[in-house]
Amino acid sequence: MDGLVGFGTTLLTMLRDIFPIAAILFGFQALVLRRKIKNPARVAMGMVLVLLGLTLFLEGLEMALFPIGRLMAQQLTAPEFIYGSADGVLGAIYWADFLWIYAFAAAIGFATTVAEPALMAVAIKANQVSGGTITVRGLRYAVAFGVAIGVAVGAFRIVTGTPLHWFIISGYVVVIIQTIFAPKLIIPLAYDSGGVTTSTVTVPLVAALGLGLAETIPGRSAILDGFGLIAFASLFPIIAVMGYAQIGEFRAKRLKRQSEKK
Amino acid sequence: MHPADNPLVSHPHKKARLAALLHKVRKAAEPLTESALALVPIVLVVAFFQLLVLQQPIPQLGKMLWGLLQVLLGLALFVRGLQMALFPIGEEMAYNFVRKGSLWWLLIFAFALGFGTTVAEPALIAISEEAARIAAAGQVIASTQEAQNSYAIGLRLTVALAVGIALVMGVFRILKGWPVQYLIIGGYLGVVIMTFFAPPEIIGIAYDSGGVTTSTVTVPLVAALGIGLAHTIHGRDPLIDGFGLIAFASLTPMIFVMAFGILY
Repeated sequence: MDGLVGFGTTLLTMLRDIFPIAAILFGFQALVLRRKIKNPARVAMGMVLVLLGLTLFLEGLEMALFPIGRLMAQQLTAPEFIYGSADGVLGAIYWADFLWIYAFAAAIGFATTVAEPALMAVAIKANQVSGGTITVRGLRYAVAFGVAIGVAVGAFRIVTGTPLHWFIISGYVVVIIQTIFAPKLIIPLAYDSGGVTTSTVTVPLVAALGLGLAETIPGRSAILDGFGLIAFASLFPIIAVMGYAQIGEFRAKRLKRQSEKK
Repeated sequence: MHPADNPLVSHPHKKARLAALLHKVRKAAEPLTESALALVPIVLVVAFFQLLVLQQPIPQLGKMLWGLLQVLLGLALFVRGLQMALFPIGEEMAYNFVRKGSLWWLLIFAFALGFGTTVAEPALIAISEEAARIAAAGQVIASTQEAQNSYAIGLRLTVALAVGIALVMGVFRILKGWPVQYLIIGGYLGVVIMTFFAPPEIIGIAYDSGGVTTSTVTVPLVAALGIGLAHTIHGRDPLIDGFGLIAFASLTPMIFVMAFGILY
């Protein structure tokens, strides 16, 4: 019974979120373009599936993943876990006391990004448009790898307290250098993948980690330093996707050179 | 007994039908297996950290499995719905706008889509309320509820405006065929310059606001719109020109929010 009520509320919230989008689409279609949509029944059915799918997805996350994810973020950032081990397993160096947190940040960043529906949509589209050269899974794993590194570096930044903008500006410099050398076809997709990584699954867990970390470390403000992890998670995938394409190109060139030698 | 009905004799026609049926089943199960694969890392990460690092049992295992099943089914349904509704509608509208030949209506549509989908975005509402609280704590604004509300709404409208303008710029770029990197790198420069002038409390929020604006329903729609435009307009490559709209939508909010922080 509880589950049913939860499902109903989530469905209503989803309806409210989708309503403005649907209103804009159908408003322009009917009033400006004045054309009938092809296959209206199929489109309507698809919309229902999107709505139902997202509702189930969010409900399931709220039930299965978010509580335990938040709890784990709290426990891993709790002072008892970091300093409390009497047997001194953890090193004495300041930032290195948090190795498990960096590992957790990277792992949770990777895992949530792979399951991110918006990223899946873009990967499916990129696969279609590229005629199969870009694989759905390859792109998703490359982006997820970028988010993993990004969130881990973001956690390191909260621990050390270095100003956010120095990291982000250095990231921009790397992106600009890569843009000069990366294959031209991948650039727009790489830029886009920065924006799609952080939505329904990633943000709640990553934010919980950031807040927990900022609360534990003396001298960090939960509000000021808790923010910023998402910025890392949207910057590093750009670098990772361009890097992925660069490695692919490099290997193709080397293979070609080797076959020419023979 | 007719030879075709004899179950013991394998019949080529029947075999083909069976193969076709199997193919259909496999096709229908594809999103499900894909979603299942997408969830494997999460399960592994949770199990590893909970059982080995924190050394605690997993609470309410049954409830968790039931929730995972819902996530799995939901993801599969979403992907199916994408291909039935969001992708075709985005591409069809792009095609219709190009056929209509009205640049202004296309740009107005792009703005409406960006502004309309962002202004009601729950993640943005949450983040702008948080930002108002920070501003009040830092005595940037008065700590009354009224001042906080007006600050939060101002911030929300700023971000929505930024996303609307981003889509207008992005669509215009596709029409003109400009390379995306010059505009984006120009935007980065804007972000860096603004960072030095913006009040420090707003920087973290500004940087994050770029990431939260693009929701799960908007992203596929906007991607399909861009690709549809690039497909329809002569001389545009869908891969080079079609992508890039989302990149604009995550860049402009950073600049606009910092400008808001300076002006407010």
